[in-house]
Amino acid sequence: MDFNQSTDDNLFDHARIVGKPHARIDGALKVTGQAPYAYERHDVAAHQLVGYPLCATIAKGRITHMDATAARAAPGVAAVVTTLDIEPLAQAKSNVARLFGGDTVAHYHQAIAVVVADTLEQARSAAALIEVRYQEEQGVFDLDAAWEQQTPDEPLSDVGDVDAAFKNAAVTLDEVYRTASQSHAMMEPHASIVDWSDGGQMTVWTSNQMIAWTRKALAKTFAIDLETIRLESPYVGGGFGGKLWLRADTVLAALGSRAAGRPVKLALPRPLVFNNATHRSGTVQRLRIAADAEGRITAFDHSAFSHTLPGGSGENPVNQTRAFYAGASRRVAHTAIEMDLPESADMRAPGEASGLAALEIAMDEMAEKLGMDPVEFRILNDTQVDPEDPNKPFSDRHYVECLQKGAADFGWEARNRTPGGQREGQWLIGQGMAGAYRGAPTMDSGARVRLQAGRLVVETDMTDIGTGSYTIIAQTAAEAMGLALEDVEVRLGNSDYPVSSGSGGQFGAASATAGVYAACLKLQEEIAQRLGMNSPRFEQGMVIAGTTEVALAEVADGEELVAEDTIHFGDFKDTLQIGTFAAHFVEVAVHAHTGETRVRRMLAVCDAGRILNPVTARSQVIGGMTMGVGAALMEGLIPDVERGFFVNHDLASYEVAVHADIPEQEVIFLDTTDAASTPLKAKGVGELGICGVAAAVANAIYNATGIRVRDYPITLDRLIDQLPKVS
Amino acid sequence: MRAFSYERAASPADAAARAAEVPGAKFIAGGTNLLDLMKHEIETPLHLIDVRGTGLNDITATEEGGLRVGAMVSNSTLAANPRVREAYGVLSRALVAGASGQLRNKATTGGNLLQRTRCPYFYDTAMPCNKRSPGAGCAALGKGATTRQLGVIGTSDACIATHPSDMAVALQALDARVETVTPEGETRSLTLDAFYQLPGDTPDVENTLAKGEMITGVVLPAPVEGRHAYFKVRDRSSYAFALVSVALIHAPDGTGRVALGGMAPRPWRRDAADAALPQGAAAVMAELLDGARPTEENAYKLTLAERTLAALLAEE
Repeated sequence: MDFNQSTDDNLFDHARIVGKPHARIDGALKVTGQAPYAYERHDVAAHQLVGYPLCATIAKGRITHMDATAARAAPGVAAVVTTLDIEPLAQAKSNVARLFGGDTVAHYHQAIAVVVADTLEQARSAAALIEVRYQEEQGVFDLDAAWEQQTPDEPLSDVGDVDAAFKNAAVTLDEVYRTASQSHAMMEPHASIVDWSDGGQMTVWTSNQMIAWTRKALAKTFAIDLETIRLESPYVGGGFGGKLWLRADTVLAALGSRAAGRPVKLALPRPLVFNNATHRSGTVQRLRIAADAEGRITAFDHSAFSHTLPGGSGENPVNQTRAFYAGASRRVAHTAIEMDLPESADMRAPGEASGLAALEIAMDEMAEKLGMDPVEFRILNDTQVDPEDPNKPFSDRHYVECLQKGAADFGWEARNRTPGGQREGQWLIGQGMAGAYRGAPTMDSGARVRLQAGRLVVETDMTDIGTGSYTIIAQTAAEAMGLALEDVEVRLGNSDYPVSSGSGGQFGAASATAGVYAACLKLQEEIAQRLGMNSPRFEQGMVIAGTTEVALAEVADGEELVAEDTIHFGDFKDTLQIGTFAAHFVEVAVHAHTGETRVRRMLAVCDAGRILNPVTARSQVIGGMTMGVGAALMEGLIPDVERGFFVNHDLASYEVAVHADIPEQEVIFLDTTDAASTPLKAKGVGELGICGVAAAVANAIYNATGIRVRDYPITLDRLIDQLPKVS
Repeated sequence: MRAFSYERAASPADAAARAAEVPGAKFIAGGTNLLDLMKHEIETPLHLIDVRGTGLNDITATEEGGLRVGAMVSNSTLAANPRVREAYGVLSRALVAGASGQLRNKATTGGNLLQRTRCPYFYDTAMPCNKRSPGAGCAALGKGATTRQLGVIGTSDACIATHPSDMAVALQALDARVETVTPEGETRSLTLDAFYQLPGDTPDVENTLAKGEMITGVVLPAPVEGRHAYFKVRDRSSYAFALVSVALIHAPDGTGRVALGGMAPRPWRRDAADAALPQGAAAVMAELLDGARPTEENAYKLTLAERTLAALLAEE
């Protein structure tokens, strides 16, 4: 199915099931422990062995010597493969650092051996017996030191006359903001079972967001035929972008399996999630804003720096600045500085979350300089067209309504307007807000539907990474075929199924449901043809045309009817800016003595097109808000800038928000639809939810204390010297 | 994890005797810290003596009007004990500020005293650590190291790690004593200052227990009158180690006791600081933190400790 123009009124505008709140259809399996996650799939292959990785303990250099004799002789050990045993593996496009093979060490905790044994304990114990000697090289690990010496890259865009705008401005701002490197810190670490026993057919049971990409990456990495690889990932215990790619768990399990001649399972031990796998790069961002005396923005100048291993792209935080607010002139630049810390890559709202963390503090600061309410300042500078290209309109943008609705529901008018002026006992109370803007891309997405005696089975390689894919896909198929939700079975995350968008970039929900809809339309055509009906309706399990009604259960005489299709999104979308928008409001309490910040309540108002399921969408947004609180207050990978690794590589020292940090969250979805997005008029929410949250917290802290912190996370040591004096 | 053998001891004396006799032996009770350390090969005992069956599970009154807490009493049980809640509030509060509910159910009184530091360099076996491998050097004192969580006083040029316990900070304020049995069957009773040893040149030695000597319990003296408070400051609301914690017992006449956590290799208290309490938080900290040697990254702890005590005093 080709989606080449904005959609008209269709069945989703009169939906019975889509857009209605439904609990997750896979919820019962999860809470009863029956959903099969990768590492626990004991049933899929007999005689599994356990693999354990050994990782480099230098940040940069070369391995000069490895001796695995003792490990090979250790109890229960079936095989050891060291990185010196094999040629460097090929690198898929998505891997910046080589995953295995050869003597080069590009980052701390790079995998350098895998030990396969009967038990985890045996493998782990034997891995510790491998002797390694290195020749260490000097690396670069300090972003803050590096950026000042770095010549910035050419601007990504330079529109209007920025320098003149700043010269003529009534009010200007020029500040530097810093975001910390962050870990996905998903509950389930990267884990795989691989059966490559004979070195021929490879079967992979894993935890991965993108089935087709990862299968291709495996083919490239091992230089094998794509057709020999099968991959399953039906359940994923959190990914947040950390499982978009092929990672060392799968590669090591595959090498271990081939060496041992048995299936091998391997999970990354928790410390390796931080330094072996990927993370979001920290950023340093210089932001300048110019405005006229009435508060109309005339120019933005946003220059950012992040870090990457050579060949990567870092964390580009400037793209939201290009289109969020009005203003005739703007210049943005991002420089990915080549450094030797572990591999930086995508994490939830890659770029957007970091950029808005800076931009939305800057907007708060500008409003204050102008003597304007921060909500009013944002409303005044709304735009309905791409400010870099006024001929390109936003397809559907209701940011102003988000701001107005949020202000009203939060009680923004009643807030204290004097920073540091509101106190309850020993706590300073403050309110802050921020805007959010995140694009709404779509990706071609396929699905197959099987009508079996009135029940429908949907198959697509789409993944459910905790987001609710199973449920919204079932809703879409039930709606399209006139079935009850219970009559639809959804099968996901399998390379035997049609290639979908996968889960990432907040494109999954919109794209995959559109693909399933396309397959359902194909099935409808087949049924109509079979019954000799012209444009029948599908309602309540019946196929209806005129006065003729046939039960879906009876259309195929006991046979299975199968239809498959892929939705292709046309380039008409390039003439539009298609995005999602939100306004976040936060109240915090900051302890006047200690500087501890505790969030008291949060509100998000979202404009994200048709909400396919308010229950799972809300869950996505509050998850993003929670992660945003982490980014604002506590999450930060701390590099040892001499030794070159992230020191806090476990969940005791890399702190994420706990239940007690998140007392009250509310989410309001505006009743909007975006006909240019998909046939369902839907867009994503999974990344919108984190965008802007950190800045809303930072702005609330400023309101509470009068202290403007521009470095994340805003831990108490950044506040304590400026807090009110105590006796 | 290295392979190890395992036995259960039936009495404290047996446990101590066996621990002295079997090479590489170590006691295990709740295992909430030791098992993690064994998985990372930070601890590599050859033999574990499980002491949970040694009959040290009771909280009983002493003749002096105090309490004797058996070494195997769980942190949850101790925190919830009515007598503890009523007369030793600082202890109850410190306990529930630590770890999580599940961990407190498993962790024991004796084990809590013996938990190891949370210095991140201690936890990464690729990093030099004098506490883990005597003489190896200290990564935390390296040029590019992160030290925000680490100690500011009582530390040495060999080690700046802190003791992570909340419970021990309250016990320090309460003048609690640690009771032990030696492999020879002798019993000893130690103040916390006599029990814990500062790092000096040997940060691997954290206490004065002899080989095989086992903690049998903790004795709380008769209750001290006054307000009991424990303020634990941390980066998130729960399930985090203290940046700084303050245990305070404050009598109606203004006198009292102050002990600090998160600052030093042992729960930190000085008589001269207690004596300064009537003069306020600044006077207390001038005594208590005299001689502190913070790093650039953790100097905030000095300010924070004073402000945290001031917050407790201002609450009254």
